[in-house]
Amino acid sequence: MAVPVSGPGSTEGGALLVLAIVIPVAAALLGFAAGGRRTERIALGALPIGLTVAVLIAAAVPPASAVPLTDGVLTYLLGGWAPPLGVALRADGLSAVMLVIAAVVVCAVGVFARADFAIADGAAETRAPFAFWILLPMIWAGLNTVFLAGDLFTLYVALEILTFAAVPLVCLDGRGETLQAALRYLLFALLGSVLYLAGTVLLYGAYGTLDIVLLSQRVAVAPAPLVAGALMTVGLLAKTALVPLHLWLPPAHAGAPPAGSALLSALVVKGSFFIVVRLWFDVMPGLPSVAATQMLSTLGAAAIVLGSVVALRQERLKLLIAYSTLAQIGYLFLLFGLAFDVDSAAMQKGDALAGGMLQAMSHATAKAAMFMAAGSIYVAMGHDRIAALAGAGRRVPVAVLAFALGGVALAGLPPGGAYLAKELLLGAAARTGQWWWAVVIQAGGAFTGAYLLLVLARVLAPPDRAAAGDVDTHHGRVAWYPQAAALVLAMVSLSLGLVDWSAWLPIPPGARLAASVVDTLAAAVWPVLAGGVLAVLIGRWTTPSGGRLARAVATLGPLRRGGIALGENVCRGDAFLRRWPMAGVSLLALAVAFGAALWTGR
Amino acid sequence: MSEVLVFGLCAAVVAGLGLYGAIVDPRPLRKILGFNLLGSGVFLFFGVVARRGAAAGFPGDPVPQALVITGIVVAFSATALAVTLLLRFFETTGSSSLRDGAAADGARDTAES
Repeated sequence: MAVPVSGPGSTEGGALLVLAIVIPVAAALLGFAAGGRRTERIALGALPIGLTVAVLIAAAVPPASAVPLTDGVLTYLLGGWAPPLGVALRADGLSAVMLVIAAVVVCAVGVFARADFAIADGAAETRAPFAFWILLPMIWAGLNTVFLAGDLFTLYVALEILTFAAVPLVCLDGRGETLQAALRYLLFALLGSVLYLAGTVLLYGAYGTLDIVLLSQRVAVAPAPLVAGALMTVGLLAKTALVPLHLWLPPAHAGAPPAGSALLSALVVKGSFFIVVRLWFDVMPGLPSVAATQMLSTLGAAAIVLGSVVALRQERLKLLIAYSTLAQIGYLFLLFGLAFDVDSAAMQKGDALAGGMLQAMSHATAKAAMFMAAGSIYVAMGHDRIAALAGAGRRVPVAVLAFALGGVALAGLPPGGAYLAKELLLGAAARTGQWWWAVVIQAGGAFTGAYLLLVLARVLAPPDRAAAGDVDTHHGRVAWYPQAAALVLAMVSLSLGLVDWSAWLPIPPGARLAASVVDTLAAAVWPVLAGGVLAVLIGRWTTPSGGRLARAVATLGPLRRGGIALGENVCRGDAFLRRWPMAGVSLLALAVAFGAALWTGR
Repeated sequence: MSEVLVFGLCAAVVAGLGLYGAIVDPRPLRKILGFNLLGSGVFLFFGVVARRGAAAGFPGDPVPQALVITGIVVAFSATALAVTLLLRFFETTGSSSLRDGAAADGARDTAES
């Protein structure tokens, strides 16, 4: 569609990029001015328009993957000024797919939230709905700016908009617990953003520009960019909540209202993750070393193990999903170790990057669906204690189905996007001979299967007759459309593996699910079986009394005790890491370690 | 000592003090102040960069000044948001500690409210 104009200048269709940012900002500002029912209507009205713009951008981005950022991108120069003086907006394939996924998730969350945050006609608005319908488009605006920004300072501003819109979402209900979670989130995120800003200053001092394309041509191995790279990376990791910098995530994501949790977990953490990818692949592809990339992936592996084991020990459904997010964030960072090409000593835009981005997209859709389904389950049952969720499958069958399908997609079962992502990452691991990451990737899928089984076993069980009378007094009715929104998102996540992504992601054309039936079945059965074993060993469940089942469990005795001890110890380690001084020291230690790894690894 | 070096060292000291306060002091208001000190250090550093990088023949590079202004606006909004949250937190719970109850106990959150 759009033909790149030779030389500097805006490309045809570049104005779409401005629309992608202006529409949500306008919706937030107009909604703030209008107030009452109109705030909700304006936000909802902006959803289909923004989705259309995102799809148009994805269609207009010229297919080019392995070439540098200057080609194969949609560009718009603000005011016609070319960098380094001007500011450019750019959309490449990665931006395009993230724009579309963000739009899809925001639209689904908007539909879901109509049940929780409806504003009655004519009535004066209450605080929480009014704030929500402004924060929703604002988060969207921040994300779209993150995906489109062409220079590091615009990225900084976009990151701050995203954080400032995300923090109030955490404490919409105004309870003390959630206010504390929001304050912790904000203070720790601010530390991260100052580190990012300090790195930006260093890069500007060294090269006199912050434009990503210009920087990619100028950055060379020298002390200033190495320190800048370490500071910016660690700052962004603090905002992404990669272990051990995750002190704010579990209480914030578990305490927010369901629509807020879905946005925070699916999209907000992806914003800072996307900037890490931009930084390592586009700004300084030649700077990373073996040590630095392996370190980043090791943190990811630690996040997978810690997040999954703690998730298996949770009593409450929302905390379980929040810890699962922690594990999935770790999964995303595996791509750095796999994408580093030892021969050219540079980051390669190839199958590992494509797998990581696909995983981010699958996680965004699936995790939003799971948080929304958990919200419906909470309303229907009056609580979210996993042990007492029996019978939820009859009360809100569609929400439970959405939860199950979202979990299935996340565990990497075909034909989900996560399955294709897993295949791509495993392919990269085999190609580069790094079998240890293949083990971690498989373990990640098995752990996801484990906590999915743990929840489904309770939710699908027949209602407890003893507790039924007690629960009946609390339960509320759930409308059909919030459940349908969750189900649609889960289906999207499950069908991502069927799309040919070669136009946008750096993979060969036709790379999609084409394996034989036997392979597909094996891929589907393995995470479920291994997950079942993990759930039985580590998961939180009570031993059934009497009968053959109890005797079977008794034979497991020592193994089960070992699993529980392991789980408890990991929980204690998590609580230790999540204390403020510990997280602060980890932040500094990681900055130093990354600096050293970047410097000595060559 | 050139003025660039003096200001650069001052920036480093201010940023270091701010970082220390933000990490070590358990009181949220001190953390907010620490963040502001840290931010000031980075802004001062940006000023030094502007002076040193006077590339285009100006007495100083004008771009960092524009960026610092934006950065100050962002830091101001962040502080306002943090102080408002802190006040609301104190009004609601009567405490301003960041490490109590469910949030500090970590994973095994048993409090059901």
